[in-house]
Amino acid sequence: MNMTLTFLWTDIMVWFLVVVLIAWGWVISRSGQVKKQWHTIFKSGIAMASALVLLFYLLFTLLDSVHLRFVADVNENKQSVQYQGEMVSLLDLMFTHNIENSERTYSAPFATHEYVKSIVVDEKGVSQQVNLPLKHVSSSNHFWKDSLFALLVGAGIAFFFIVLHLFWRRRTGKESKLPWKIAYLTLAILIIAFTWLYLLSFSYHVLGTDKVGGDVLYQSLKSIRTGVLIGILTTLIMLPVAIILGVSAGLLGGWVDDVIQYLYTTLSSIPGVLLIAAGVLSMQILMDNNPQWFESTLERSDIRLVFLIVILGITSWTGLCRLLRAETLKISQVEFVTAAKAFGVGKWTIIRRHIIPNLMHIILISIVLDFSGLVLAEAVLSYVGVGVDPTTFSWGNMINQARLEMAREPMVWWSLFSAFIFMFILVLAANLFSDRIQTVLDPRNKT
Amino acid sequence: MSPILKVENLSLMIDANALLKNISFEIQQGEIFALVGESGSGKSLTSLAIMRLLPEVISVTSGDIRLNDTSLFTLPEYKMQKVRGKAIAMIFQEPMSALNPVMTVGEQVAEVLRIHLGLKKEEAKAKVISLFEEVALKEPEERYSWYPHQLSGGQKQRVMISMALACEPEILIADEPTTALDVTIQAQILTLLKQIREQRGLSILFITHDMAVVAEMADRIAVMKEGKIVEQALRENFFTNPQHPYTKALLQDARALKEERDNSQSETLLEVKNVKVYFPIKKGFFQRTVGYVKAVDGVSFSIARGKTLALVGESGSGKSTIGKAILSLVQSSEGEITFDGQKLTGLNNVGLKPYRRKIQVIFQDPFSALNPRMTIANIIREGMESLKVGPQTRKEQDAYICALLEKVDLDPSYMERYPHEFSGGQRQRIGIARALAVEPDLIICDEPTSALDVSVRAQVLSLLKKLQKESGLTYLFITHDLSIIDLVADEVAVMKEGKIVEQGPVQKIMNNPQHPYTQTLLASAPKLPTSE
Repeated sequence: MNMTLTFLWTDIMVWFLVVVLIAWGWVISRSGQVKKQWHTIFKSGIAMASALVLLFYLLFTLLDSVHLRFVADVNENKQSVQYQGEMVSLLDLMFTHNIENSERTYSAPFATHEYVKSIVVDEKGVSQQVNLPLKHVSSSNHFWKDSLFALLVGAGIAFFFIVLHLFWRRRTGKESKLPWKIAYLTLAILIIAFTWLYLLSFSYHVLGTDKVGGDVLYQSLKSIRTGVLIGILTTLIMLPVAIILGVSAGLLGGWVDDVIQYLYTTLSSIPGVLLIAAGVLSMQILMDNNPQWFESTLERSDIRLVFLIVILGITSWTGLCRLLRAETLKISQVEFVTAAKAFGVGKWTIIRRHIIPNLMHIILISIVLDFSGLVLAEAVLSYVGVGVDPTTFSWGNMINQARLEMAREPMVWWSLFSAFIFMFILVLAANLFSDRIQTVLDPRNKT
Repeated sequence: MSPILKVENLSLMIDANALLKNISFEIQQGEIFALVGESGSGKSLTSLAIMRLLPEVISVTSGDIRLNDTSLFTLPEYKMQKVRGKAIAMIFQEPMSALNPVMTVGEQVAEVLRIHLGLKKEEAKAKVISLFEEVALKEPEERYSWYPHQLSGGQKQRVMISMALACEPEILIADEPTTALDVTIQAQILTLLKQIREQRGLSILFITHDMAVVAEMADRIAVMKEGKIVEQALRENFFTNPQHPYTKALLQDARALKEERDNSQSETLLEVKNVKVYFPIKKGFFQRTVGYVKAVDGVSFSIARGKTLALVGESGSGKSTIGKAILSLVQSSEGEITFDGQKLTGLNNVGLKPYRRKIQVIFQDPFSALNPRMTIANIIREGMESLKVGPQTRKEQDAYICALLEKVDLDPSYMERYPHEFSGGQRQRIGIARALAVEPDLIICDEPTSALDVSVRAQVLSLLKKLQKESGLTYLFITHDLSIIDLVADEVAVMKEGKIVEQGPVQKIMNNPQHPYTQTLLASAPKLPTSE
């Protein structure tokens, strides 16, 4: 099979971020003080567990951020361009069985038959209302046997990783005070749960199907990327703006300070949703007028995601900027800055060496705190209809669709439930982790 | 006569660490009992234990506190409420944070009266005004409706005292009540406390680190060290015949030893001529200048090479601003600063660079003077790199920094550590090493010892003296602490409200001050009785 690696805009941003994270990790490992701080953060069992959960989510994001394009038969006569070489991510490859075997309509988790009755005319010519069997699960029905097998495989994989790590720990031979037991437990639970879901997904729709028969588990997993991207990349975009404006307002003062303060006061006095809606809608029009920019629907919805991230970034820097300005004002009056000035050290060096390092804790705390807020914001915006493209998988879109499903009788609950659970675990882990970071890094918490 | 307050074998623990170890003392009716010690010795904890206001993590492991024969530890909380404020009152170091900023001071005192004595509103007001009169607050009726921010530090402390006296307590606990105040204000407050003691027969538990204040105030003195009382004595015996070696060392450090000075003449290094620093007051959107704060208003002095000029004044007198003007960190509005024959005023940043290395600065607060995110080596290296002084390769720099750390009596192995691992005195030494790294001629010492304990202060001062002798450094010593001037200075200039009111050789100023302000200043400073 012929294929090429392709990069969407968001893929580039994600992998750039990974490179930055690795570089940052390298910097941390070289500075004793910061390394010690991170060590303290992971001393808490909760932080360790939530970090692992976050890593798991990140893993799915990365899996979903490697896009391949299979070359279809090159045929000069073929006119249809949009189907040629649709992009597929690694995650899609893992779930091909679910993508290809879509059902006709709703089915409940682990169901063998459709959720709604259809009118069928049998051979005698009598029309009957029956629940048709599902295509995907028609063959076997050994739920308990399959489950047991999946659990054993999951336990095996988890065991393998844990033994590997134990072996590595013994080889390095360092005594560590980190709560490894909790880490192993979390890892085992995550791996076993995922293998169970994954293996059973070959014979069932584990979390049911939606209105057009799409697998809900697959949708929920695809939504991870959207949520995590919005959570991380938005912060990445707003961070430079907030830091540059906040620090220059605090340090330079005078008219610069006035202009920046005026800017963020104005910006933060406009209702956020209104601003985002206006931004998204104008981008929408721009994209509608230039259809030649995109080769496929995936690229189109990807651009829309990028725009949403940028717009969210532009509208959300004010809070952090205000904090950084105040802190810079405080630090620039402290005597070690005066000492640096007395040494004739330049403004940029003062910012780089004295001010930014002393702002780091605020920046870090706000990154992790904003993350969960932004994931939730995506859901709200998509629900309102100004979020991501309707074709993009996202928890917000799932919830938006579930609005009507909840009104049905009997209720179709699994779409909303899945979106809720996946989002809840992510946001909870992010909040617990940020809590710990705040406790350790905020100097006011030191006794 | 039975003691009014009796502390017996009090021990406090946090986790497994003992904070107080078997503290015992008694306070008699009408007595001023001073608890002296350096920071962390457990003085304030003792006072909190008496009020039963200890944080919950601290547990009382043994001992008893008796007030007129009732054990305070056995009282139920609601009865203890009555003891606090009514039988035992307290005043604090920082009057600003002890007063509620959104209530008028009169209301705050009246509230105490209404709660504890059940007075009606009018009665309470009348009582408050009479209390304000007692603590010598001017225009008491008008002050009743003032807010805390409208009062000066000394006035706030008077309000605090009147509040403490409101319910006619038997004991007043004064926790460093004058540490945050200027010398002249401190003298007034101390006199006031003594007066009240005489009028009311009040007992005072006076907590302080300042030996000179103790000498002025106390009847009996207990010295604390690391949670223990090492010595208790009457004032008469305490200063003339201290028993414990720690007490002796404390007194030794507190007394400024006069040193022999060489009276050799040398050329002028720094000359400040009629310098004025005005800060514009800006208002409105376009930052119009509506007026000026005259921080320094026409100051002239000169320092000879290798000598020390002490610039003395109370807070707000503009002494630190002069230091900054010499460092060219603030623009002087008028006047000339000449250093080593070169006019500094009017030079731009590039022109200033050679002089940045010649003039350096040491700060008051050793905790904010060092960047917490940099290692000691990098802190010291910063100036060397910026000003291109000393070796420029990293390896040679490290050797140079090692030598510097040894020079200021620090272990060179500290190089890769961060500031938070050091005590106040050690940090101050690092600050000195940082200044020395660029081989300056003049060091501006901006209150370098006022945040330090007495014994550490003595060490830092002797280090500064040693460095001056070795390298012929010149110091501009900015301070409000009159007791150290004798030790460090060759000349003294006294500042008040941005102007120098008197200047001259140290013996002349200290022994025979001419200007009335200098006279009040010297008279206000508490003095230690000289040992025989």
